Amino acid sequence: MAKAAAKRAPKSTGRASTSAAGDAETNRAYLHSMLLQRRFEEKCAEAYALGKIGGFCHLYIGQEAVSTGSLTALRPDDYVITTYRDHGQALVRGISARAVMAELFGRVDGCSGGKGGSMHLFDKSLGFLGGHGIVGGHIPIATGVAFAIKYRGGDQCIVCFMGEAAVNNGAFHEALNMAALWKLPAIFVIENNRYGMGTAVERASAINDIFERGIAYDMPRAMVDGQDVFAVRAAMDEAVHRARTESTPTLLEIRTYRFMGHSMSDAVSGTYRSKAELDEYLKRDPISLLRAHMEAHGQISAAELETMDAEIKALCQDAWDFADASPEPPPEALYTDVLVESHT
Amino acid sequence: MTVMTYRDALNAALREEMQRDDRVFLMGEEVGVYQGAYKVSKGLLQEFGEQRVVDTPITELGFAGVGVGAAMVGLRPIIEFMTWNFALLALDQVVNAAAKMNYMSGGQFPMPMVFRGPNGAALQLAAQHSQAWESWLAHIPGLKVVTPGTPADAKGLLKAAIRDDNPVIVLEGEMLYNTKGEVSDDPDLIVPIGVAELKREGEHCSIITSGKMVLVAMQVADTLAKDGIRCDVVDLRTIRPMDTEAIYASVRKTNRAVVLEEGWEICGIGAQIVDYIQRECFDHLDAPVLRVHMEDVPMPYAKTLERTAKPDAAKTIAAVRKVLYLD
Repeated sequence: MAKAAAKRAPKSTGRASTSAAGDAETNRAYLHSMLLQRRFEEKCAEAYALGKIGGFCHLYIGQEAVSTGSLTALRPDDYVITTYRDHGQALVRGISARAVMAELFGRVDGCSGGKGGSMHLFDKSLGFLGGHGIVGGHIPIATGVAFAIKYRGGDQCIVCFMGEAAVNNGAFHEALNMAALWKLPAIFVIENNRYGMGTAVERASAINDIFERGIAYDMPRAMVDGQDVFAVRAAMDEAVHRARTESTPTLLEIRTYRFMGHSMSDAVSGTYRSKAELDEYLKRDPISLLRAHMEAHGQISAAELETMDAEIKALCQDAWDFADASPEPPPEALYTDVLVESHT
Repeated sequence: MTVMTYRDALNAALREEMQRDDRVFLMGEEVGVYQGAYKVSKGLLQEFGEQRVVDTPITELGFAGVGVGAAMVGLRPIIEFMTWNFALLALDQVVNAAAKMNYMSGGQFPMPMVFRGPNGAALQLAAQHSQAWESWLAHIPGLKVVTPGTPADAKGLLKAAIRDDNPVIVLEGEMLYNTKGEVSDDPDLIVPIGVAELKREGEHCSIITSGKMVLVAMQVADTLAKDGIRCDVVDLRTIRPMDTEAIYASVRKTNRAVVLEEGWEICGIGAQIVDYIQRECFDHLDAPVLRVHMEDVPMPYAKTLERTAKPDAAKTIAAVRKVLYLD
């Protein structure tokens, strides 16, 4: 894991993953945000095992500092688009645990009305433009949103999350080229969790420092320690500032690790990664790191932490109960939303 | 009314709709400085500027996705593919993104956008540049697909497509760009999506077709009329949603049908039309419904082979005569 904290931030941005720790209040908010994602995903695993959640279900455990550090840097009028591993980002952006869980349960009160499921969480009111299921397919869409921002003369930005495996896909290159060519306010965040499903980054990418892909588009870029929420936030602040003031895109490679399998049908360790490797990465659990920092600085007591955790667990149970009680979409919902009424 | 080419009719539609709504923009390869690979966008860069007439790199998947993203946040993109053959590189955006966004978001993200460009064979462009894609695109719920066959329909349907709040596929005929016809000057006139037109009336046989094949069907109807065989020519104009009532009305009158399409036979759009007919007009049929289509081969380059591969008037006449039991 030391590798992920390597001091090789590219010269083009001048920012290494230096930790800029926040005050007690900010850090408590970070901790709450990350713990919510953790407990929510644990609840999802339980619900999946009981058959409450179907289909594919990709958990975010281990990567929570990425979403929290990134999305807390945004304004409400900015946009977010992401992959099928989208529960954590949806929660941090502000979709309620109830609405996310109801979506996972396939119920009418879900944030996509029960029609999207785990991979397709949406909330227009929050500028949350979806979880998308085709690797790389959503990256040009992010460029399009940034195009629209510039078209209207706004100073918003869009954050586009993707896995490190997506950079080998043509859509990634086409999207980054246009974003750089047209100077669009898009922030491309590569969550490098080391594995595209079961294929290690070294087995898939000709270069292992993924952020260097940005060189091809002369795009400002940085590598960031994704287990360090302060580092993520600092890198993101810089990227957001660049997008707003210079209308320039940024490529961030945020190095993280997923503590679960690729999806619920994948073992946590086995054929493609060892238990020993997993154990090594678990030593840098982003939540543990933040908690240790806060304890060392007297920002949270054991009792406060216990209370926070209990409240979050109750919130996740409430989400479960809400989802369980929410009705299935009515039969007529099958045929709605395919097309909209158009008044030409 | 003004007599103009199909190309100029499309140009007029783009211009009028861009004047009407500043959320509408045109994006694609060579649409601006070059004035359009087929000159459909001639003069638009000069009138609307490079913000709204956007030249892209050769990156179909990429700029189709840019259109999807722009549509998600309220713009109304017109994405031009230099030809639909190249759009295969962008099908993920058309099929997995544009067609599904509203559904999988539970109705939060309508996609008011147009994908347009020339479709089908021209002359001696060989295998990769001579394909008709309507059945591929019409297969997808969440899309509308229009296939204008005349200048009037080119203008009216493109205008309707731009104003529609759903993703609309506009399949233009490369060989139609220079054809001429009367076109309305009324900027408010559109041709509604999903409404067929009975282009010719007759009582002996229905020829059901669309797009470029409408011209072939009209030629067939003229030729057969000389032998006293009078055909209905049903121009579907829209492939999805299809005006099935227009098909049924014609077939119930003539009791015979030939379905003419530019694409291949297997899983072609004609197969769907035949299915509709057998379900709804079974008791009205006096003969099996026949189909005329592209031969089941990639398009050859050599002139004679190409001519043989394409659906044409002679093949259509033979089919009509056969359903009339004349041959």
